[in-house]
Amino acid sequence: MLLLTCPWCGPRDETEYHYGGQAHVAYPANPAELSDEEWAEYLFFRDNPKGPFAERWVHSTGCRRWFNVVRDTVTYEVLAVYGPHDPRPELAAGDPR
Amino acid sequence: MSAKKLPEHPDWLWRNPDPKPTYDAIVVGGGGHGIATAYYLARNHGITNVAVLEKGWLAGGNMARNTTIIRSNYLWDESAAIYEFALKQWELLPAELDYDFLFSQRGVLNLAHTLQDVREGNRRVNANKLNGVDAEWLEPDEVAKVCPIVNISRDVRYPVLGATFQPRAGIAKHDHVAWAFARAADRLGVDFIQNCEVVDFLTDGDRVVGVRTTRGDIHSGTVGLAAAGHSSVLAAKAGFRLPVQSHPLQALVSELHEPVHPTVVMSNHVHVYVSQAHKGELVMGAGIDAYNGYGQRGSFHVIEHQMAAALELFPIFARAHVLRTWGGIVDVSPDASPIIGCTPVEGLYVNCGWGTGGFKATPASGWTMAHTMATGEPHPLNKPFALERFISGALIDEHGAAAVAH
Ligand SMILES: Cc1cc2nc3c(=O)[nH]c(=O)nc-3n(C[C@H](O)[C@H](O)[C@H](O)COP(=O)(O)OP(=O)(O)OC[C@H]3O[C@@H](n4cnc5c(N)ncnc54)[C@H](O)[C@@H]3O)c2cc1C
Ligand SMILES: [Zn+2]
Repeated sequence: MLLLTCPWCGPRDETEYHYGGQAHVAYPANPAELSDEEWAEYLFFRDNPKGPFAERWVHSTGCRRWFNVVRDTVTYEVLAVYGPHDPRPELAAGDPR
Repeated sequence: MSAKKLPEHPDWLWRNPDPKPTYDAIVVGGGGHGIATAYYLARNHGITNVAVLEKGWLAGGNMARNTTIIRSNYLWDESAAIYEFALKQWELLPAELDYDFLFSQRGVLNLAHTLQDVREGNRRVNANKLNGVDAEWLEPDEVAKVCPIVNISRDVRYPVLGATFQPRAGIAKHDHVAWAFARAADRLGVDFIQNCEVVDFLTDGDRVVGVRTTRGDIHSGTVGLAAAGHSSVLAAKAGFRLPVQSHPLQALVSELHEPVHPTVVMSNHVHVYVSQAHKGELVMGAGIDAYNGYGQRGSFHVIEHQMAAALELFPIFARAHVLRTWGGIVDVSPDASPIIGCTPVEGLYVNCGWGTGGFKATPASGWTMAHTMATGEPHPLNKPFALERFISGALIDEHGAAAVAH
C-alpha cells in the first residue's frame, strides 16, 4: 500500500485517496477548433512512462482536495508532492527525497 | 556431501540460438501473443525466417501470471468475433500442437448481484446467441446446480440474482500453452532469442529497418510489437504514442485442496474471479491497482478486497490460506479492447491494449497479427481494432459490457 502525503492533511494510506492519472493535462483552450486527431490526443492519449511520472490524486475520504505527485512508476517511490496549480518541480538526480 | 551426478537434462522444447543479422520478420516480446504470432507467421504464411526477441525468458511476463480464464461471451460484435475465433482455435490446438496443455471447458458463470447486472447479463446472453456464442441465463437455483459451493442465500450484502453461463468457456495451463506454441514454431524454423532486450529502432526515413538490442543490431523490414505492459515504452522509442496505461494487476493462489470448485465464477459487482487449478489451488484475481505501475507488484489492500469478495461468494473458503500473490503489468486501453494493426512507422506493427484479458485471445491475437505483418493489411477480425478508432470514435467499449474483463 502506498503512503501518500496530502499537502493539507499529512501522510495517509493509499485507501483514503483516488487516482486521477496524468497531471498537467489542460482542457483545450479552443475546443471548437480542434481536429479529430487533436481531440483524440486530448481524450485518449496520456503519457505512460517507466520512471518518474507527474500524476493527480484526490484525498477522497479526507479533505477531498486534489494535488499532484511525482512518483516513480517502477519503484513506486514518491519523489515530490505539490499543489494542483503548481508547475512540476525539477528533480535533479540524487535529490534528497 | 555425495557427489552424485545430476541426470541428463531432458530434451529442450526449443533451440536457444544466437541472433542472425537479418530476418524476414521480427516479433518483439516473447509472451503468449509474440510466440503465437511467430507460429502463425510460419504456419499460415510460410514466413519461417522469423525471430522472437524476449528481454527475459519466454513467457515470463503476463503469460505466466494470468488466471487463465478463457471465454468468448463479450457484448459487441467485433469482440465476439475475435474472442469466439480464439475459442474455436483453443478447441483445435491441443491436437494441432500435439501438446496437452490441460484445456478444460468447465464453463464460466458471470454472476449478477443487482437489477442492472441482471439486465446487462440478459442483454449479453441475447447478443452472444446472435453471434453464435454459447450463452444461457441461469436463475440462482440453476447457478447452484452448476456450482454448488456458491452462496445463493438472499441473506447477504450482494445476493446472487442470477448469472450468465458459457459452457464452452474454461481454463488452460498458461505456461504449457506458451511452450506448446514455442515448440511448434521452433520446429518450423522460428528463432526464439531470450535475454535480448530491444532498446531502440533502426529506421530509414519513415520505415523501420531493424532493431537495436542488448545483443546487437538485428535487421528486418517487418517488426511487430507484442510487449504487453511495455508497449508504450517501445512506442516512445519509435516516436509515437499509444492510448494505453500500464497498471499492476494482481492474482493469488491458495494451498492445494480437494476438487470443490467445478467451474469458473466471475463477479463484476463484488469484483473477484475464482477457479480451481487442476493441481488443486484456488486461483483468484480481481481488478487492477488504480495507479500506473511497471513494478510487477501492487498494493495489499487490493488483495484484501478480493479475499473479502471471495468469502462472500464462497463461505467454504473461510479456512483456506493465501499461499502466494503476484502481479503483472497490464496495458489498459480506453475502451478495454485491444489495438492490433499498423503504426505511424511503416513496417512496424503493434499488438497491445489487451489489458486484463488477453490470455483467452492468444490464438486469435497471434493469427491476426501474423496476417497483418505478412500482408501489410489487417485481417477482417482485427480491422475494427486499429489505432484509428480513437480518432474516428468507433470505440469497442467493453468496459462493463463484457462482465469483468479478464
Ligand atoms: C494477474 C493477471 C491475471 C490475468 N488473468 C487473465 C485471465 O484470466 N484471462 C485472460 O484472458 N487474460 C488474463 N490476463 C491478461 C493476459 O495475461 C495478458 O493480456 C496477455 O498475457 C498479454 O499478452 P502476452 O502473453 O504476450 O504478454 P507478456 O507475457 O507480458 O509478454 C510481453 C513480453 O514482452 C517482453 N518485453 C517487454 N519489453 C521488451 C523489450 N524492450 N524487448 C524485448 N522484450 C520485451 C516482456 O518481457 C514479456 O515477456 C491476466 C493478467 C494478469 C497480470
Ligand atoms: Zn487531505
